[in-house]
Amino acid sequence: MSGLALSRVVRIGAGAGYSGDRIEPAIELAERAHIDYLVFECLAERTIALAQQERRRDPARGYDPFLEARMRAVLPACTRRKIRIITNAGAANPVAASRAVAAIARELGVHGLRVAAVVGDDVLALVQRRAAEDGLRDACGAALSPEQIVSANAYLGAEPIVDALTQGADVVITGRVADSSLFLAPLVYEHRWSADDWTRRARGAVAGHLLECAGQVTGGYFVDPTFKDVPGLARLGFPIGEVDAEGAITVTKLDGTGGCVTVATCTEQLLYEMHDPSAYITPDVCVDIAEATVSELAPDRVRVEGVAGRERPSQLKVSVGHSDGFVGEGQISYAGPGAVARGRVALEVVAERLRLTGVQHDELRLDLIGIDALHGERLSSGGGEPYEVRARVAARCASQCDARRIGEEVEMLYTNGPAGGGGVAKSTRELVGVTSTFVPRDEVHTTIAWEVA
Amino acid sequence: MRLLRELAHSRTGDKGDTSNISLIAYDAADYPLLVRWVTAARVKAHFTGIVQGDVVRYELPRLGALNFVLEHALSGGVTRSLALDAHGKSLSSALLSMAIPDTMEETADE
Repeated sequence: MSGLALSRVVRIGAGAGYSGDRIEPAIELAERAHIDYLVFECLAERTIALAQQERRRDPARGYDPFLEARMRAVLPACTRRKIRIITNAGAANPVAASRAVAAIARELGVHGLRVAAVVGDDVLALVQRRAAEDGLRDACGAALSPEQIVSANAYLGAEPIVDALTQGADVVITGRVADSSLFLAPLVYEHRWSADDWTRRARGAVAGHLLECAGQVTGGYFVDPTFKDVPGLARLGFPIGEVDAEGAITVTKLDGTGGCVTVATCTEQLLYEMHDPSAYITPDVCVDIAEATVSELAPDRVRVEGVAGRERPSQLKVSVGHSDGFVGEGQISYAGPGAVARGRVALEVVAERLRLTGVQHDELRLDLIGIDALHGERLSSGGGEPYEVRARVAARCASQCDARRIGEEVEMLYTNGPAGGGGVAKSTRELVGVTSTFVPRDEVHTTIAWEVA
Repeated sequence: MRLLRELAHSRTGDKGDTSNISLIAYDAADYPLLVRWVTAARVKAHFTGIVQGDVVRYELPRLGALNFVLEHALSGGVTRSLALDAHGKSLSSALLSMAIPDTMEETADE
């Protein structure tokens, strides 16, 4: 601990970097770490569109499927140790999520827990109206009709979370909120940063950016043996961010956990999903990391400084989900001498069969996994012939019926295709496309709904 | 010639149909080599057939890092791409397979 810091340091643990993330690292943080807040980031770009569809089928659902498991795991320790929880696991239904959390709290004997649901990111009606008036296009430029749009959620900033904390929330559950805002909110609340303190808000947003993917800053998604080695990936510790009143950020993790926090892990995460480093736009502030520095204070303690900020944008980004047809897929493996040649025959046969049988598709993709599936023929050339390959056929179709035919045609290679094919897998899934638009900030109204256990 | 993998590490991020790939020197002393040789034009050429739009390079000398932003690089983006790696997460490894000269001087290859 630094004896120099007279001002209070706020400590935030990251308990999840995505919906399906490991649960034990969050339990370790709740039980052993000196943290004030535990934040769970659980909402990917298209997750909310899928969650909207689920809510339409069942009004009591539409929130993160792992929310209950996570809360059950950490609520006892968080309550005992007075750690407040913030999560976007409310997805398309923060109110139902808050009821579920309150119910778990009662079941665990945690009485009086105050659970706040942030409501108002759902701007479907507004976006449908604008789509009807001005037109809206998908990511590839095709016009979208209002009926095609299944969800529209504005990326809210930190403000409503700050309000919930001010009103005494122990748990704050949101839907679509910018990931960094989940972390910035407790910093604004604790340090009382003013609304136009762009510099400190930018630093808080960067703290959030570093922490939001949890294990990705503590050595997860980093190992490249002999070049970048990290111990203990199977018991990776999740990060703790310590942020002082000036916005100086220290990233660290619990002693005795796997992983590491180094200049290299933090620099990779700092640039993750970053476009122009001098203009990283969030709902709360426009962040500038062009002059930022990353330095090691001690083993597993890394300081990030030099972040600047400018005024936040006047509009909010909206993630729009729309129905986009179906994807059908089939895979089959070949091995031994001539595996690649047989795999190519398999792909040709399926492509011809789809033509002959009149399967309608908007796009067809033929890959040989092990040869060219990830980066295409040009970058993949030069390797020797592998022992085994997996032929993969995928197509996007308007109808589920046609999509199903893709996997069926791959399966039929068993008795009709080249020799020695095995291990067929087939699938179809409904596609929800996502595109972005912007709405004026003042047309988005947020409220807080309370549940008390 | 040396593979970038020996000089630098990398991580890919995705937003819609846009991919960003960082390139971070292990040793700050090698950063000028990256600036000299890993130009936006070279990265665009390296990803021929993958990136359909512009490639923009941002320099971060205090981090010893470059950040490349590749437009229209993800077959329409993660939600509709038919690619096995729809996020383009593995593009960072593809960038590290690029070879560059050992020195700042021009070579016949240039």
